[in-house]
Amino acid sequence: MALEAALREERGLVLASLIRSCGDFDLAEDALQEAVLEALEHWPKGVPDRPGAWLLTAARRKAIDRARRETRRDEKHAQASLLRDDEPEFLAPTGAIADERLGLIFTCCHPALAADARVALTLRTLGGLTTPEIARAFPVPEATMAQRLVRAKRKIKTAGIPYRVPPAEQLAERLSAVLAVIYLIFNEGYSASAGDSVVRRELCAEAIRLGGVLMDLVPAEPEVAGLLALMLLHDARRSTRVDRRGDLVLLPDQDRSAWDRAQIARGLELVELALRRAGGRPGQYALQAAIAALHAEAPVAAATDWPQIAALYRELERVLPTPIVALNRAVAVSMAEGPQAALVIVEQLVRDAALNRTYLLHATRADLLRQLDRIEESAAAYQRAYELAPTAPERAFLERRRNEVASRRDLPSRAAP
Amino acid sequence: MKYMLLIYTDESTWQDPAQAEAMMGEYMTFTQGIVDSGEWVAGDPLEGRESATTVRVRDGSTLTTDGPFAEVKEHIAGYYIVDVKDLDRALELAAKIPDARGAGIEVRPIRDMGMPS
Repeated sequence: MALEAALREERGLVLASLIRSCGDFDLAEDALQEAVLEALEHWPKGVPDRPGAWLLTAARRKAIDRARRETRRDEKHAQASLLRDDEPEFLAPTGAIADERLGLIFTCCHPALAADARVALTLRTLGGLTTPEIARAFPVPEATMAQRLVRAKRKIKTAGIPYRVPPAEQLAERLSAVLAVIYLIFNEGYSASAGDSVVRRELCAEAIRLGGVLMDLVPAEPEVAGLLALMLLHDARRSTRVDRRGDLVLLPDQDRSAWDRAQIARGLELVELALRRAGGRPGQYALQAAIAALHAEAPVAAATDWPQIAALYRELERVLPTPIVALNRAVAVSMAEGPQAALVIVEQLVRDAALNRTYLLHATRADLLRQLDRIEESAAAYQRAYELAPTAPERAFLERRRNEVASRRDLPSRAAP
Repeated sequence: MKYMLLIYTDESTWQDPAQAEAMMGEYMTFTQGIVDSGEWVAGDPLEGRESATTVRVRDGSTLTTDGPFAEVKEHIAGYYIVDVKDLDRALELAAKIPDARGAGIEVRPIRDMGMPS
């Protein structure tokens, strides 16, 4: 195995084990950094058979040295647990590192931490991303991101956030917080908003990798399979979402031959697994994945099973009653039953003050009005959507649509009733 | 680790006598529970905010004013100090305090100053 690949592969496992055994993020990170430097010195002569075990042993030695130096300076802060010379069982009999990552995911995604700190800490600790990479992805100045991480680690220490998998009665609630963080990481990478595009691809890959790790660690949870399926199915379409000029391409116009079929197949398997395990009560990720699966399975856009999708959105609205889900249901209804039925749902949503500032609502309304030949109202709605749209590709798309509609209005054939 | 659970209250939740009595009962049960489990270190209710006095020293002279430090709807009505394993346990206890359903409970770790206790 090449040196860098070995390091990247083992880093998360080793760091998790170190943090767990010394109960201190900074000490663990510093010790691992020193061990990596030692590895870079020794490994060119030959990467050891078990690079992870090698790194962990070296890093533990560094951590113990550091703790001893600290102790001499300040007797009170003796890291007693580290100073025991009897090695705890950090290596399984097979020589594999005991996997402490699950406990660490729960620590990093603890609800006592701010949401942006959870995302950053998870990427930094369990993903292999560096602080500058995370800063570029979001994007915030590097100093801001570094500060965010320092604050989060300090809170874990001073507030006494535990390093462990929560007990059964808290597991469901806390697992959903973990899934939310992973999905947030994925969406940050997937959405077409600002930030370095290479790093954003990295975020999607990292979220999918973390989903896979979670799948290995808690395989019985249907929502874990659901989330992984959802991310794989979305990500399979990634390359077809923007054209060469950087303009947004909508689902019906995407080049389906360029979708990643192997990844879709994996996603479909996981959707089935998630639905089967949910036993008739699928959660939000399984349902969203099932919807994505129906899109992925349609050989052409016209063959999409819209009645089934509308039914799934109705289920989703039950477990996740948000205006955005309602809006998506309206779109599915328009495809299954026609624009008039959908417009009824959308007009209800327009009255919702919170959603009234969402460009998607106005874009959807504009599209329905256009289909119903209510051209004046449609152009006005496109204009409103254009004014609210957050990114350049979205604004460019809405501007094109608005101009198309406006030109229809000016055609003489449309002038007469 | 020791935590202080600061109880913030919204007085309107205590106005109905029957409801207030029910909540007092809950407080008694909760307190007895953490005394029995050995997690209780200290805890007291405070007199109402109309009894509060705020003291500030400015340029060497003492300014004494009637009323709480901040004029807000919710105010501190009492506290517990508990000695528990970690934050998760402290949060679990905080959620059982009746006023968690009213204004809310602020959970703060107590800094270890290494003082003999």
